[in-house]
Amino acid sequence: MRSSPEKAEPAIVVAALRRDYGDRPALDGVAFELAAGESLVVLGPNGAGKTTLLRILATLLRPSGGEARVLGCSLPSEAWKLRGKIGYLGHEPLLYRDLSGRENLHFQARLHGIEREAAEARIEELLRTIGMDRRADERVAELSAGMRQRLSICRCVLHQPELLLLDEPDSNLDVEGRDLARELIGPGTGRTRVVVTHDPERHLPEADQVLRLGIGERAVVS
Amino acid sequence: MTPSRTAFAAILAKDLRSELRTLQSLPAMALFSVTTFVIFRFGLDRTSLSGSLAAGVLWATLLFAGVLGINRLFVAEREEGGFDAIRLAPIDRSVLFAAKVAALLIYLAALELVAVPIFAVFFLDGGAGLGPLVAVLLLTDLGLAATGTLISSMAVNSRARDLLVPLVLLPLVVPLMIAATGATEPLLSLGGPSYHRFGTWLMVLGLYDLIFSLVGYAVFDFLLED
Repeated sequence: MRSSPEKAEPAIVVAALRRDYGDRPALDGVAFELAAGESLVVLGPNGAGKTTLLRILATLLRPSGGEARVLGCSLPSEAWKLRGKIGYLGHEPLLYRDLSGRENLHFQARLHGIEREAAEARIEELLRTIGMDRRADERVAELSAGMRQRLSICRCVLHQPELLLLDEPDSNLDVEGRDLARELIGPGTGRTRVVVTHDPERHLPEADQVLRLGIGERAVVS
Repeated sequence: MTPSRTAFAAILAKDLRSELRTLQSLPAMALFSVTTFVIFRFGLDRTSLSGSLAAGVLWATLLFAGVLGINRLFVAEREEGGFDAIRLAPIDRSVLFAAKVAALLIYLAALELVAVPIFAVFFLDGGAGLGPLVAVLLLTDLGLAATGTLISSMAVNSRARDLLVPLVLLPLVVPLMIAATGATEPLLSLGGPSYHRFGTWLMVLGLYDLIFSLVGYAVFDFLLED
């Protein structure tokens, strides 16, 4: 007799999450659960703590209080187990300006332990998909902000992460770039996604949940 | 987890490629050392140095030239988000420390390839002491690279980085410089090299290297935390 399937653990569980910068609370009382494969869109004015939330989930910031559990790992104590499982797209492209786009991606691939041939194939596929294959040998410093964002999206998904944490993923992208980026980081990828955006019209239709953060207000999940 | 050897090679290769492409550190370090030797030559009004004076001139110059490279060691990581990229990767963070120490060690060796022959031409009557000096250079460079990497990683997040590195680093490397000049002095003696207490000073240098390499390895992970 087959046992009944257990309810899968949510990809992200956050409860009473708080982060202070000195005496100033940047994030307070945030709570939500997100199932695997779902998308959470985070909205809020500047300074509401959206980027702080994303950096905590990415293990780049320690929470000051509350609980956060990501892909079954408690933060910050088990943050090390999450390395390599998260694709993080922040305000900074995390690309070295003096290396070319292709060199940056190969560097990232080596850090993530991707074998050389597999990395080669994956990088070429990503560069083609995002429309950067012809400019990938130029130094990042010489590229436009939109092109850097395209490369950064490639870096974000290069290692096939389970969870995507995307901080204004459309910033600096033109219309074509946004459409191409959807193929790599859109809801169709089947990955769990947390998307911080100032463009609700574009991202709300693809959201399973919406988290609204306010300055000095309680976070609301809908 | 990515094997540490792979990550180490990737970070070191990235640093060396960036430096070769931009030449932000090495030419400045070399130019500084040459200029300083010229200043010493005319300031001391001597065409020949030996013993403790020669050792002092050599190590003071190499140390301050090295500080220029140490100041810039983590600038790309800080300004281009490399710290975050490395913290997100499945690697032991101490690998970053090891790779930066190796990169700095290579910069210092390259600096000395230029500076030491120029020092010999400017100040030494013969090159007999230069052979054994290589051992002193290597051990001192390792200590300077370990300490410099540690201090540079702490200072890089500060706006006063250029001020902080020498202020914190120089007191820490005083024992290293005492041992380096102590080992160098008999090698550059008037009348040819002698090896009085040479082995003792090398052991002091080795001990310093070991202590600061272990301290760096132990605390580097915490330094990368927010």
